[in-house]
Amino acid sequence: MENAHSATAHNDEHSFDTKVIWRTFWILLVITCMELTVGMFIAPRYPHHIKIWFNVLYIILTGAKAFYIIAEFMHLRHEIKNLIMTIGVPALLFLWFIGAFLWDGNSYKNLRNNYDRNHLEQSKQKVEEKEPGKPAQKPGALD
Amino acid sequence: MAQAMQAEKKWWSGGKSPFNVEYGKLMMWYFLMSDAFTFGAFLISYGTIRFSSNAWPDPNHVFASFPGMGSTHMPLVFVSLMTFILIMSSVTMVLAVGAGHAKDKKRVMFYMFLTILGGIAFLSCQAWEWTHLYEEGAWWGRNPFHNYDGSQSSTNFTNFFFTITGFHGFHVFSGVIINIIMLIMTWKDVFEKKGHYLMIEKAGLYWHFVDLVWVFVFTCFYLF
Repeated sequence: MENAHSATAHNDEHSFDTKVIWRTFWILLVITCMELTVGMFIAPRYPHHIKIWFNVLYIILTGAKAFYIIAEFMHLRHEIKNLIMTIGVPALLFLWFIGAFLWDGNSYKNLRNNYDRNHLEQSKQKVEEKEPGKPAQKPGALD
Repeated sequence: MAQAMQAEKKWWSGGKSPFNVEYGKLMMWYFLMSDAFTFGAFLISYGTIRFSSNAWPDPNHVFASFPGMGSTHMPLVFVSLMTFILIMSSVTMVLAVGAGHAKDKKRVMFYMFLTILGGIAFLSCQAWEWTHLYEEGAWWGRNPFHNYDGSQSSTNFTNFFFTITGFHGFHVFSGVIINIIMLIMTWKDVFEKKGHYLMIEKAGLYWHFVDLVWVFVFTCFYLF
């Protein structure tokens, strides 16, 4: 009896195989290194309006990292389907949440730039470099 | 611990747990879901504000320091170290959970100890980063950095940075406390007497969640 139980237990926990854990670790490390290489060396060479495409790349890589952490480290991939669904389906709300709010922010920016020209002019004004270490003033503070 | 799952089992016909996990573990998952929405709300409000701004500071310029290296320009190197520490402590946490399944008390304690060390190392890194930024003049309501195009930046950047990394750091801190309690309970043979190490698994879920949140904080603040 004791033997039979430990045999099933062993089969059941096969997914806690240290080989799988280390493989996941290397995947996470490689993805992080890719993100950093792009962020440090590649993206700064391109003009700012291209940056949105680098951001898309970061989102894809971040999603991949999140998948591996949830699936392997948190073990969700090895749970039964009911449990995966009860976590995964509510998480889909994020898609709407992110899309709607970023859209809203962008629309606010465009409206404000259109109807408040003064704001647009001010936000384009460059500030002269202060000596480093000296705290900047709050915007709108009196001199 | 539930038996291995059989094919074609009718989980919803009553008499058995439809999720095939212990109650506490399921509730930990639901707690983490609610926590994910809290963090999500923070990060999405940050995104909304950023999308509504004409310009934003450049992370390669803001996060360019490394302890003991003076003013050398090393963009993102320090935060990569922090990320590596947190991923590493996640690995030792899974190894502790695995050792718990094998009922190997010594290895559970060893890996829990390493996980705690990793957590403390991460918190120390964050303390250094905050101190450094504070000395540069950044704090809630104060922003010494200019936007990438040289225009005046608002305090939105620092407010969001300190609030969100602070909230995450508080999670890391409570995770370290939970892990220390787990280590002491393992040492005192509490789980040995219970016959299972499921508590280690629940603490592990929380710890991995903290790592997961960092993945998003890292992308949103240091890469975008």
